[in-house]
Amino acid sequence: MTFRKLHSSLMVNDDPHDLLATPGTTLLEALRDHLGFTGTKRGCNHGVCGACTVLVDGRIARACLMLAADVGERAVTTIEGVATDGRLSPVQHALVAAGAIQCGFCTPGFVMSLTELFARDPAPTREGIRAALAGNLCRCSGYVKIVEAAESLAGSAP
Amino acid sequence: MEFHSPTTLDDALRLLAREGARPLAGGQSLVAMMNLELVSPEHLVSLRRVPGLRGIETRADGSVRIGAMSTHAELAASDGPSPGLRVLAAAARVVAYPAVRNFGTVGGSIAHADPAADYPVALVAVDARVELASTGGHREVAAAAFFRGVFETTARPDEMVTAIIVPPGPAHGGAHFEKLSLVAGDFAIAQAAAIIAVANGRCTHAAIAVGASGPRPVRVATAEQALLGHPLDAGTIVAAADAIAAACTPGHDQRASAAYRRRVLPVLVARAIAAAARPGVPA
Repeated sequence: MTFRKLHSSLMVNDDPHDLLATPGTTLLEALRDHLGFTGTKRGCNHGVCGACTVLVDGRIARACLMLAADVGERAVTTIEGVATDGRLSPVQHALVAAGAIQCGFCTPGFVMSLTELFARDPAPTREGIRAALAGNLCRCSGYVKIVEAAESLAGSAP
Repeated sequence: MEFHSPTTLDDALRLLAREGARPLAGGQSLVAMMNLELVSPEHLVSLRRVPGLRGIETRADGSVRIGAMSTHAELAASDGPSPGLRVLAAAARVVAYPAVRNFGTVGGSIAHADPAADYPVALVAVDARVELASTGGHREVAAAAFFRGVFETTARPDEMVTAIIVPPGPAHGGAHFEKLSLVAGDFAIAQAAAIIAVANGRCTHAAIAVGASGPRPVRVATAEQALLGHPLDAGTIVAAADAIAAACTPGHDQRASAAYRRRVLPVLVARAIAAAARPGVPA
């Protein structure tokens, strides 16, 4: 088997990046190991835990289940691209205010899923919040404060 | 490993004719298998830039054609009079998690043929046909013949799934998809899918399939025929459900024991029949 490396370009958080990697390199590996975006976490590495959740063209994706070479022209947003000029996004602020964090490993994935949810629905119901978070696992604190944080943000919608 | 990104179906099929080539659709099964080092294709053929593989269209004869690269999210959002499409859309809504539904594809899932996945049982219940293509041409295979065993289909290594064809089904038919899983988004412990039509109080059409309860989806023709012409009272439904459940060969895995599956199967099948027989009444 050959392991020839492949050139591709990735648009991450509105910046273009060059990548030279083997064809089997996942978007997760490209982000963490090649480009230094370590905020995206590697949990299960087969699509179950949601720790590697990023946005691809604005929709949540498992970075571990997408090959970097197959991303193409699509825009990738990671946790590093959520805050602007050092100011936390409303989702991040709501999680901090609610204390919706314990070890923090799952938090970037939750932030990305909630960021997508609030981009399409500024006032989701509790059921809508829970459905949007169905693919993100938290193994320490559970989900109560995370859902409460999202509800507080939903309640503050105009 | 070499990565290919063809821009025509013909180019994709030529690449797939090579030894060791695998089509890459949404990657939600294949890349997971690669990460777990269960597969290591020599040639990966991305279908992302191949035109004509995406989209769900209702045709003049009432059948529905679902392009292989349509995502679970796209199928989940589709609606229409076709009872077959409603069964498949209901199945799509419970496939895995939102992020997987955004990028995972119908064709990729069925080619993977996990017996606990949500489409095989749904496709068999609605008498769907699977459209396959290779450099040698196209052919259609009935879903019941396509799913041959655990992760095994009748597609040849050089063939790829290009579409699912869903027949019109009975007019005013009710549709239901019942899934039992440990948590939302997990693979099923068991599923039952049903299309039922009732006219003048009597059953005129019955198609019922059970999934995740053997190497391939199960249908029992005699049990379906026994429903035809009869009012669907509770006793009739239970008798059919018991007969169908008895034909299943559920296994034991980390999600449930075989004994547990045998206990729940008659209940799941009866629920699916009853819900499909009363369209408009939430299950």
